[in-house]
Amino acid sequence: MILSGSDILVKALIEQGCDTVFGYPGGQILNVYDSLYTHQEEITHILTAHEQGATHAADGYARTTGKVGVVISTSGPGATNLVTGIATAYLDSIPLVAICGNVPTTQIGSDSFQEIDITGVTLPITKHNYFVGDVNDLADTIREAFKLAKSGRPGPVLIDVPKDVQIAKCEYQPKAPVEKETPYAAKDMRIEEAAEYIHASKKPFIYFGGGVITANAQEEMLCLAERIDAPIGCSLMGLSAIPTDHPRFLGMQGMHGHYASSMSMHNADLIISLGVRFNDRVTGNRARFATKAKIVHIDVDGSELSKTVNATCGLRGDVKLTLQRLLPLLDEKTRPEWIEQVNRFRKEETEYLDNREGLTPRKAILTLNKYLGENTAVCTDVGQHQMWSAQNLNFKTPRRFVSSGGLGTMGFGLGAAIGAAYGTKERSVLVTGDGSFGMCLNELATVTTYNIPVVILIMNNGVLGMVRQWQTLFYDKHYSNSVLNRSTDFPALARAFGAEGETVTTPHELDKALSRAFSQNSPYVIDCRIDKDEFVLPMLPPGGSMDDIITKLEVEK
Amino acid sequence: MNRYTLAVLVRNQFGVLNRLTSMFRRRQFNISSITASETESNEYSRITFSFDGEDDGKQQLINQLYKLPDVCSIKELTGENSLSCELMLIKLKNDPDTRNEIHSAAEAFKAETIDYSRDSIVLRLIGNGARMDDFISLMRDYTILEICRTGTASIEKGSSILRQNLNL
Repeated sequence: MILSGSDILVKALIEQGCDTVFGYPGGQILNVYDSLYTHQEEITHILTAHEQGATHAADGYARTTGKVGVVISTSGPGATNLVTGIATAYLDSIPLVAICGNVPTTQIGSDSFQEIDITGVTLPITKHNYFVGDVNDLADTIREAFKLAKSGRPGPVLIDVPKDVQIAKCEYQPKAPVEKETPYAAKDMRIEEAAEYIHASKKPFIYFGGGVITANAQEEMLCLAERIDAPIGCSLMGLSAIPTDHPRFLGMQGMHGHYASSMSMHNADLIISLGVRFNDRVTGNRARFATKAKIVHIDVDGSELSKTVNATCGLRGDVKLTLQRLLPLLDEKTRPEWIEQVNRFRKEETEYLDNREGLTPRKAILTLNKYLGENTAVCTDVGQHQMWSAQNLNFKTPRRFVSSGGLGTMGFGLGAAIGAAYGTKERSVLVTGDGSFGMCLNELATVTTYNIPVVILIMNNGVLGMVRQWQTLFYDKHYSNSVLNRSTDFPALARAFGAEGETVTTPHELDKALSRAFSQNSPYVIDCRIDKDEFVLPMLPPGGSMDDIITKLEVEK
Repeated sequence: MNRYTLAVLVRNQFGVLNRLTSMFRRRQFNISSITASETESNEYSRITFSFDGEDDGKQQLINQLYKLPDVCSIKELTGENSLSCELMLIKLKNDPDTRNEIHSAAEAFKAETIDYSRDSIVLRLIGNGARMDDFISLMRDYTILEICRTGTASIEKGSSILRQNLNL
């Protein structure tokens, strides 16, 4: 059938199984919005308050569903507003297709109104991007973009569609949705080599990241842990892959990781890393990182092997398929001495736990845990509240922790919570700080307009807590531009947008507020007041190693 | 520091050179020479990079380049497995006092005089990079007005071709 470019675009999205898109209309994408109007029975468009929020929503949708998230914007400022969201998805390997309009091809390159070279702008933050200059290429470009976004190590792909290409007509033949490229296991020779290292190891440790969630390799990983008697830790991106209370799971690694997890990795003689990339937030000073350990590294992206930390044995391949090949080569073996040492770390960790009275950050998150269902997604912004969430949330189901790990994007959370609510088809939760929330709170308009039941827990301390923590520790308490002291009344702000909200100052009040928030089917803002000098602990000082870990701190008032 | 040469076969798409050089830039590799052109097939372009670095860095760069969807095939070319050459045009001041010395040097290097005027001489030299550097160093005794070099073009010895290991 002969169709216009905009109809082809929308039909190709539907063809890929896309039923929800996020975006914001404008001059150079009007034709696509006209086609979305025609096809509204088949594809739902969620209008956000700002394109950045739409990108984060598409990202949250992708993280919670594993499907490709789609965001649509106009040219120029609409397109540049996507940039932070695309970069966030890129650093966390989230499959995203971003579509933006552009000025007609005849005007490209002439600095027309709202013209921007968005393929140039997004070159370093996309897996690939396309400028579609001919309507005949449009359908296949969209198909290729979806394939690329979800194949191998997923990531964002951008498609720039000039207005005249949206108007032009051509033949459209529907096709089946594209499959991702067939995953493959690492080479047998490498797998055998890895098995030998594991066999020889006395203190193996499994360290995993978001790649395990992407590859859906949880079962194989747990099987590996049982067979070789190894404890498990993860990066921020790995959280929620396996239940927090799994007996082998020690928690998150790194700068603010769980003590037992970080100490076990530091003392291991073999680190088996699965779909994780040894980010500087995890390793600290690389020269002093896990110096006693050999490293077996399995990753679908070959460029991650020996990129930052030298892999003794690097295996390029799908984590799930590679583990399936590796497991039969391994004997069942217990390592009681090692497990005993790990249990000692665990015991030490309990001594460091923050059990103070009052509305402490840990208390707040533990209270929140009581209300979380199996399927509830918890999204965060970036800063102290993010680390407290990562440390204390009780995860039950994969893909239910949504946080900007790689880029560390303040303002990510509310948009992501919108996407997560659509992705999980139920209430989502946002844990945020007063700083982060202030960045993109305009999306409150979206949650109230669509009546999206997002529970928003603002850890309000009146300061940029993480910045303050660093200034306290490393900048002589020079609180340069980190004290907010704003007069924002968050419950009143919530009401102004059409939501409800309240302020809490005690654990009891918080409990009551959460109970109210979770009993209703609409957005709810809880302004949770905490002290400005709370710390995220433990902490590895920048450039330090596990020997320098800070577990206790008090600030003189 | 070692000098490496990579031959990269890419899809002949608009902006592909930019995608590759952007990767070099953001991973902090410094290109010392680059040549790019269409190939025997108009589907592909061939880009030859030379850069200085260490083995680890080179491997990382190859891995990163392979992640670009437009990259079809990469081969490292070395002095043993390949033939390389470069072309240089050099414009010198034509001074009666030094004219003969320049000509003797040019003859020794088999550089060809392709333009001769009252005030200037243009020489054309073909060869490998080191040979160019040597010749330039000699010419610094005189007055160099302009130099233009093409960058290294490299091709494997024998019947092996870059298209044989396509990564599509």
